[in-house]
Amino acid sequence: MDFDALINGLDRHTLDGITRGSIYALVALGYTMVYGVMKLINFAHSEVFMVGTWTVLGTYTVLGATAGMGVGMVIAATLLALLAAMLASAGTALAVERIAYRPLRKKGAPPLIFLITGIGCSLVLVETFGQVLRAFFGPPFGRVTVNIPSVIETKVVFTIPGIDLPVTNTRLLIIIGAIVMMIALDTFVNKSRLGRGVRAVAQDPDTASLMGVNQERVIMLVFVLGGAMAGVAALLFTIQYDITKFDIGFIIGIKAFTAAVLGGIGNLRGALVGGLLLGVVEVYASQIWDSSWTDVTAFIVLVLVLMFRPTGLLGESLGKARA
Amino acid sequence: MPEHEIVGAEELKDTSDHDKIAIETSGAVGEVLLEVDHVTLRFGGVVALNDVNFDIRRGEILGLIGPNGAGKTTCFNAMTGVYTPTEGTIRFKDQEIAGTKPHRINHLGIARTFQNIRLFPEMSALENVMVGCDARHKTSVLGVLFRAYRVRPSEGELPKSGIRRSFAKVFGISRHTLEERAGRRRSMELLRFVGIADRAHEVARNLPYGYQRRLEIARALATEPELICLDEPAAGFNPAEKEDLMGLIRRIRDLGHTVLVIEHDMKLVLGVTDRIVVLEFGQKIAEGTPEEVARNPKVIAAYLGEPDDAA
Repeated sequence: MDFDALINGLDRHTLDGITRGSIYALVALGYTMVYGVMKLINFAHSEVFMVGTWTVLGTYTVLGATAGMGVGMVIAATLLALLAAMLASAGTALAVERIAYRPLRKKGAPPLIFLITGIGCSLVLVETFGQVLRAFFGPPFGRVTVNIPSVIETKVVFTIPGIDLPVTNTRLLIIIGAIVMMIALDTFVNKSRLGRGVRAVAQDPDTASLMGVNQERVIMLVFVLGGAMAGVAALLFTIQYDITKFDIGFIIGIKAFTAAVLGGIGNLRGALVGGLLLGVVEVYASQIWDSSWTDVTAFIVLVLVLMFRPTGLLGESLGKARA
Repeated sequence: MPEHEIVGAEELKDTSDHDKIAIETSGAVGEVLLEVDHVTLRFGGVVALNDVNFDIRRGEILGLIGPNGAGKTTCFNAMTGVYTPTEGTIRFKDQEIAGTKPHRINHLGIARTFQNIRLFPEMSALENVMVGCDARHKTSVLGVLFRAYRVRPSEGELPKSGIRRSFAKVFGISRHTLEERAGRRRSMELLRFVGIADRAHEVARNLPYGYQRRLEIARALATEPELICLDEPAAGFNPAEKEDLMGLIRRIRDLGHTVLVIEHDMKLVLGVTDRIVVLEFGQKIAEGTPEEVARNPKVIAAYLGEPDDAA
């Protein structure tokens, strides 16, 4: 146990945790929205994120983007990668909904069936992706970790006075990007007509339908929005960590799901709170013990929180999230 | 603790502008609007509706009555797309609707309230009604997300301040924004119509019982239905509130809606309806004007038991 390491760099580690947590939070939105509307854990959501990271790599490759380009090119490449990742992830999410869930819904399958199809869908996507990569691009692609060019050069943009904490441009981008997306989504759900439909279905699907809300359209919408958020998360992840892998989604997915439960699944703001908390706890744990204890600590915290607040920290449903 | 707060009748005055909420109807008063054509509905071995046959004419207030378990609510459910009839069919404006999805039937022009109140509990009263209004909006998903469909606004719609006003003049206002505003105005007007506008911004689950019942009616009216089905709207009301409700039902008809009402309270049904259909054990046993039905021995027997026992 090394509390000194944590205390000495507390500001730095907190910033580190928030960065990590922002990404968890964005991915968690996908779990939480789908759960809010369908009472279903979409286990294939991790692969929605994975597809996003590869799309970023693909976009960079096509554009020939590398480290050390001019500012204009960096911005253009990043924005294009963002757009592509959002589209690819949203498309994947929508495809999963169409192929794995909609047919079951039409047949009125019990909830357990959805769960197992989701897991199956996730596995199929991961393994197929690995095989296809190897088949088309040959080694080193396939089942290994691949580097993604750090298009944005990491620089210290300012230092927080008083505690002398240097803040880099990439961290700033990740945190601000995540917060902007969350505010946008929150506003959408609380203030727009479609958001009202989403909340209506979350609160009472049958009544919503009798009041003219098209339930199928609302379901499509939450998958697309959740997917797009995972796409944003994928870009931010590649900016921070510069890598991807065919099964990168698994661990991020589990963590994001944990974050969603921690904050109160079904609650958009809960996803943010849960994500940030989880990120910070993980980084602290890796300092106090070592990184192999990260996950153990994270899940102990989850269990402790759920023991005292079984519905998660904010413990409300998507329907209840109000402006 | 009392089951619900009693709301003084004077608080529930209609202060709305009827011109703003009246609906356009697509046909003449008196013609058949909805036709329940020999509908049978079975759940396994249980026959919930047995060859039920009646129609609803435009502009009337039709009562659907019968003892508990007679199949009244089941009949509503079949009409609004919750159940599909096992046999027979239902036609609305000459279009077959049996087996159509509930939201489609709502778009065609049938709305309903529920015997056990089913509001969106965590939304404000106003938002509940706006969900109903949304059913009539035209902007697509992409139109909402990107606000791409711009409309040249009228003078009254323009923002008052400088930059935003100039912007709106040049680029127009998105149709979504205009529809949203119109929906909000109409929703407020409907809340005034049912007399509960004073608590428009309160969360629905915190509203008193009488308000919740009225809110359900306002939400159903918001979808601009040609036919509105009220499922026991007076349940749990005191005599003063029932009196009020009768007035409200008549005013709903005056807006251009056709009304179908399920009710247990005979005084209310006889007082407000033009015609009555009586169900018992899933079968229609009588149909006619309130006077005819009130005199019908079968109906009296169904409500009071067999005449021999009653004597």
